Amino acid sequence: MPDYLLTTSPQMAKRHKRHSRFQWYGRVAIAISISFMVLMFTAIFARGLGAFQKTMIGVDVEFAQSVIDPQGTRVQVDLKQANYKPLILTGLQEVVPDATERKARNRLYKLVSGGAVFDLGERVAANPNMIGTTKRVWIAASSEVDLYIKGKIDENLDEAVRRLKDQDIAWVNQLKAEGRVKKKFNRVFFTSGDSRAPEMAGILSAALGSFFSLLVCFLIAFPLGILTAVYLEEYAKKNRLTNLIEVNINNLAAVPSIVFGLLGLAVFLNFFNLPRSTPLVGGMVLALMTLPTIIIASRSILRSIPQSTRDAAMGLGASKTQTTFHHIVPLAMPGMLTGTILGMARALGETAPLLMIGMVAFIVDVPKGVTDVATSLPVQIFLWADSPEKGFVELTSAAIMVLLMFLILMNLFAVYLRRRLERRW
Amino acid sequence: MEKNMTYKTAVSTNGSAPIMTANGVDVYYGKKQAIKNVSLDIPENQITALIGPSGCGKSTFLRCFNRMNDTIDSCRISGDIKFAGQDIYDSKVDVVALRSRIGMVFQKANPFPKSIFDNVAYGPRIHGLSESKDHLEDIVITSLRRAGLYDEVSDRLNEPGTSLSGGQQQRLCIARAIAVDPQIILMDEPCSALDPIATAIIENLMDSMKEKYTIVIVTHSMQQAARVSQQTAFFHLGELVESGDTESIFTNPAQERTQNYISGRIG
Repeated sequence: MPDYLLTTSPQMAKRHKRHSRFQWYGRVAIAISISFMVLMFTAIFARGLGAFQKTMIGVDVEFAQSVIDPQGTRVQVDLKQANYKPLILTGLQEVVPDATERKARNRLYKLVSGGAVFDLGERVAANPNMIGTTKRVWIAASSEVDLYIKGKIDENLDEAVRRLKDQDIAWVNQLKAEGRVKKKFNRVFFTSGDSRAPEMAGILSAALGSFFSLLVCFLIAFPLGILTAVYLEEYAKKNRLTNLIEVNINNLAAVPSIVFGLLGLAVFLNFFNLPRSTPLVGGMVLALMTLPTIIIASRSILRSIPQSTRDAAMGLGASKTQTTFHHIVPLAMPGMLTGTILGMARALGETAPLLMIGMVAFIVDVPKGVTDVATSLPVQIFLWADSPEKGFVELTSAAIMVLLMFLILMNLFAVYLRRRLERRW
Repeated sequence: MEKNMTYKTAVSTNGSAPIMTANGVDVYYGKKQAIKNVSLDIPENQITALIGPSGCGKSTFLRCFNRMNDTIDSCRISGDIKFAGQDIYDSKVDVVALRSRIGMVFQKANPFPKSIFDNVAYGPRIHGLSESKDHLEDIVITSLRRAGLYDEVSDRLNEPGTSLSGGQQQRLCIARAIAVDPQIILMDEPCSALDPIATAIIENLMDSMKEKYTIVIVTHSMQQAARVSQQTAFFHLGELVESGDTESIFTNPAQERTQNYISGRIG
C-alpha cells in the first residue's frame, strides 16, 4: 500500500494553508486593536501625568500686623479675607527688584496663582502666631508658569501669541536660579472642585457627584432588576404578555442614553419637580438606563442554572419560593452582581443623559449628599476639554485617567466578587 | 410505619396492597400526547420497574406520581392517580405535602452545592421535621446510614456534597430523599451514569430499602429491572403494553412487543 495517508496531499496542503492564514488574520486583528489601545493610553498618560504635579514659588512673606490685622482682633473671617496681595508682591520684588512700575508689578504678581491670597488667608487663620514674622511660603504658580516649568510652552514662539511674555519668562528663570521654584504633588486636584483657573481646579466634586449618582443608581436598579429577572425567569408563565415584556426590555437596552435623559427631564424634573442638577435625579436616570442591562444579564445567569437544581429542591417538597431563594438566587448571585457592576461601570462613563438633567454646571462646591448640585466625572472631562485655557488640557487627560482607574477598579471588583462567591455545581 | 397499614384497601394481583393507583392517565406536552390511557397499580413495599425504549414515556409517567410535571408549562394531565385513596390531582391537594410523602431521585445525581450535612438536612429543615439540633443530626445520620453512605462520609459531613464520587452523590441524593421520611421513592434511571460497582451498591441498597419504602424505578437496563424489581411495567410509544410479575414478564411475556423488547429486537 502507498503511504499517502502520511504525506501531504494537495488538498491537505490547502487546508493547512487556510488554517494558518486564518490564524494570521486573528493575530493581525488583535495587534491592531492592542496598538490602538496603547496609542490611546500613551496619549492620555503623556498629556495627563503632568497634572499630578504642580509648580510652587517660594516667596518670603512678611506677615505684617498692620496689613493683616491692624486692630489685633484675630477674628478668623478677617484674617482669611485680609489683603495679602501687597505682601506677596513685596516678597516677589525682593527677588525681582526691577519690577517697580504699576504695569510691571501687575505682571509680576500674575506669576502666582490667583488663589494664592486665599491660600495664605487659610494658613494665617489656622496659625495666627505667624503674624509679625517673615517666612518663606510656597505658593502655587499660575497655570502659565506651571506649563512653562513643565516645558509645555515653546519659547521660540512669537511673543505676541504667548500669554507668558519674554519679561515673565526672564523673571521665572530668575526665581528658578534662586531656588525659589519647585514642583510638588498636586493635592488640590484631588481635594477641590472645579475652578476657572486650571491650577486651582480639582476633580473631587465631580468624583463625589459620580459616586452619589452611582449609589442612587445601584439602590434603585439592583433590587428592581434582580426582582424583575427572578420573577420573569422563575415565576411568570411563558405567554404572549411575557414575550412582549421580554422584547421590550431588550429594546430598552438599545435605546440611546440621551433619550433616557430627556425622559428624566420630562418626568423627574418637570412632572415630579425633583431638584435639578442633583445626583438624585442623575442616579434615577442612570438607573433607568442600567435596568435593562441588569435584567438581561440576570436572566441569562438564571437560565444557565441547571434544571436539576430546581428538580432536586422541588422533589423534596420545597415550594417555588423556597427553591428560588434557597438555591437558585444564591447560585445566581455572583453572576447577577457582575452584571450589575458592569452595567454600573457603563453608567459611570455616561454623559449624555446627565447633560439633559442639568448636571453639566460649573460646580465649585463639593457635594455632600444626593440632593446637592453636582456634576460627574465624564461631564467634568467634557467641560474641561471645552475650556480655552491651555492648563485644562493636562487636567482633562488627568481626569480621564481617574475615570479609567475607577472603571478598572469596578471591573476588578466584579471579577473578585465572582471568584469569591462562585460555587460549583 | 403503622399508619401505612391502614391504607390497605384493595388487593392487587401479586398479593400486596397498591399504595398508588393510576387510572386512565393521559399526558400531553402541548399537542403531543406522551402517555396514552395508562392504568397501573403500585404495590406497597415492593419495587416496581418501568421499562421501555427511550422516549416511550416512562419517565413522564413516573413524574406524574409526585406532580413534578407541574413545573413544565406545556404539560397537561388527565385521568386519575390516587395515593392512599386520595386523588393527588385534586385541587385541595397541597403539592408540597404530596412531595414530602413521595420522594424522588433523579437520573443525574444533583446534590445541592452545600455540605453533605446540609444536603440531607435541607428536607427536614423546610418541613420542620426536627425539634432540635440534636434531633436534626440524628435524622441526617440515620438517613445517611439507610442510604449506606454514613461510613464513607462520617468524618467529612461538612465537605461539599459535590466533592463525592458519582455513586456516592447518588446515594447522598437517596439519603436526602429518605430524610423527609416519604412512603414512596421514585427513581428516574438512578444508575444510568454510574459504573457497575456503584450500580450494584445502589441495587443492594434498594433491596434493603423496600422493607420500609415503596420504590418505583425507571430503568433502561432490563437486567436491572430483572434483578431488583418484583413488578415490571413495559411501556412503548406512550402506551403501557404489559405489566405484572417481573418473573413472568421476563420469562413468559403475554405480548409480542414485550417479547421483542426484552429479546433486544426493538428499542
